Amino acid sequence: MPLSATLPDDADVVIRIRGLANRFGRQTVHENLDLDVRRGEILGLVGGSGSGKSVLMRSIIGLRPPQAGSITILGQDPATLGPEATRDLRRRWGVLFQEGALFSALTVAENIEVPMREFLNLPPALMDELAGYKVQMVGLPPDAGAKYPSQLSGGMKKRAGLARALALDPLLLFLDEPTAGLDPISAAAFDDLIRVLKETLGLTIFLITHDLDTLHAICDRVAVLGDKHVLAAGTIAELLQFDHPWVQEYFAGPRGRAALANPQQAA
Amino acid sequence: MARLPAIIAAMGNVLDFSADQAAGGFTRIAFSGRLTMAHIAQVTDGVRAIAPTAPGLVIDLAGVERIDTAGAWIVHRLEATWAAAGLPVQLASASPEAQRLIAEVARNDEPIPCRPPPGRALVDRLERMGRAVVAQTDSIGNFIGFLGQVLVAAGGTLIGRRRLRGHAVIHQCEAVGVTALPIVALLLFLVGLVVAQQGAVQLRQFGAEIFTVNLIGRATTRELGILLTAIMVAGRSGSAFAAQIGSMKLNQEVDALATIGLSPIEVLVLPRVIACAIMLLLLAFFGSLMALVGGGVFAWVQLDLPPGAYILRLQEVTPLSDFVIGMIKAPVFGTIIALMGCFHGLQVTGNAESVGQRTTQAVVEAIFVVIVFDAFFAYFFSFLGYN
Repeated sequence: MPLSATLPDDADVVIRIRGLANRFGRQTVHENLDLDVRRGEILGLVGGSGSGKSVLMRSIIGLRPPQAGSITILGQDPATLGPEATRDLRRRWGVLFQEGALFSALTVAENIEVPMREFLNLPPALMDELAGYKVQMVGLPPDAGAKYPSQLSGGMKKRAGLARALALDPLLLFLDEPTAGLDPISAAAFDDLIRVLKETLGLTIFLITHDLDTLHAICDRVAVLGDKHVLAAGTIAELLQFDHPWVQEYFAGPRGRAALANPQQAA
Repeated sequence: MARLPAIIAAMGNVLDFSADQAAGGFTRIAFSGRLTMAHIAQVTDGVRAIAPTAPGLVIDLAGVERIDTAGAWIVHRLEATWAAAGLPVQLASASPEAQRLIAEVARNDEPIPCRPPPGRALVDRLERMGRAVVAQTDSIGNFIGFLGQVLVAAGGTLIGRRRLRGHAVIHQCEAVGVTALPIVALLLFLVGLVVAQQGAVQLRQFGAEIFTVNLIGRATTRELGILLTAIMVAGRSGSAFAAQIGSMKLNQEVDALATIGLSPIEVLVLPRVIACAIMLLLLAFFGSLMALVGGGVFAWVQLDLPPGAYILRLQEVTPLSDFVIGMIKAPVFGTIIALMGCFHGLQVTGNAESVGQRTTQAVVEAIFVVIVFDAFFAYFFSFLGYN
């Protein structure tokens, strides 16, 4: 079944979620949620407001322990690991939060050096060099390295946040609404950047977005969250065939059609 | 035991390099193991210490198990250094992944400043001092402006041109006053107890223990009861005002109010000031009472003075003026606390750090000004003859 939320058992899977449940008091956000993310793909997660996209991401990256179910990342279940092993596992993914979540008391370059300082024992001069090429890799101008987050525009903050997420060369990247709040030109440039970085660094990317252009431009597969679980996962072409009112409304509505009409615009 | 050397050898081999001569006299640097960020610190200094020598360099990556951008960076810098010396560099046995990563970091090789330039110590210090003076002066001006706005709003409410927001006042009264009752009761009860105990110890030396009641009655109703309640309210509610209004400012709620045509002073500040003034009056009364109770308990238990006699004695030695002076001061202190809290809340700009800073400032300045006013009142009333 092409639209199944889970992949066959022999697929090369980086994140495997089975039977996940998340509840806030009496309110159930997720119930019996299954999802697989294949190695080297960009998986887009969409869903209505309040469908629990961010909660799902927080569960995966370990900021919120789920009430039930298992999450296996890179073959390991963080819930069963000790603190040391969890730390080691966390080094292998990077997270870009919605507003960048940069530490406001540090410059951009120092922000990028924070994970290096925390996890590795590198000489300061070498860290500055490494932070330097990361700053350029995400397309920031050279003078941005010494700037403080409050001196940056929204788009630059996201790029700086991305550079920090990439500081330790992670295998996995989580992006929460990377293009929200950016103008269309910056958003398209950011989409481009994500795709290029994925190809050069061999990343697997888990991406939450509302941006239909982003979905069309860079996502290999899209998972739809609704009714407390993943309704379907597949390419956009496959999802267009999926008979569910929300999914049809989402992809075949006026905005969805507009994005579909020129899928090359962001490329 | 036989396994140990093998393990050490394996650990030593996580990343290593060797330098020797290749064909044609080229220097050959061969990396082996994991050329990744976690390990490059072991080899960076070593490979960078090899000075460029003719005829050139061969970098051999045949033994590399894994490479990331940090490893690629080391290789690239090595290439760049030798190339800058005018010597040819060859890359041998690089995997496609290694080539891709090296090309990627090579594209992004420009020296980047990581922190702002340090600047000149003396000039910077002078500049900081100057800025602090200017900021302080600005702050005084802002406060006077704020005070004027509050007075205009209060005047407008008094003559009926503006509406008093009764609901907001009641709500704030509850937050400032009712919920503070238990903590004020406990605090002032203990203070009464302590004053009585310390007083009794000193007065016993003169055989004048009965004057402990004078001490409790006069000190608490006129000074301690009021001042300590005010400090408590500054800590509880002054900080809350600053933080609430500050986060509303960050959230643009204050702008939204102004856009709708509501005055933030009228909606946010005035109810808090009125509520805080009324509630500090009532709390101070209640607090003084609790201090008297605390003192009474001590007198009963330690001085064998029964409650009836204690109350009678209190009535004899505590002039009504002490109580009235206390009750005059309380609403003034309440107004000061609320004004400071609201003022600093409205001064919040930018980020969450500013909220914390302004909240601290609100509490510190409120307590400071309250104590200054208390000293003023003490002098003023004794000048009028109320000793």
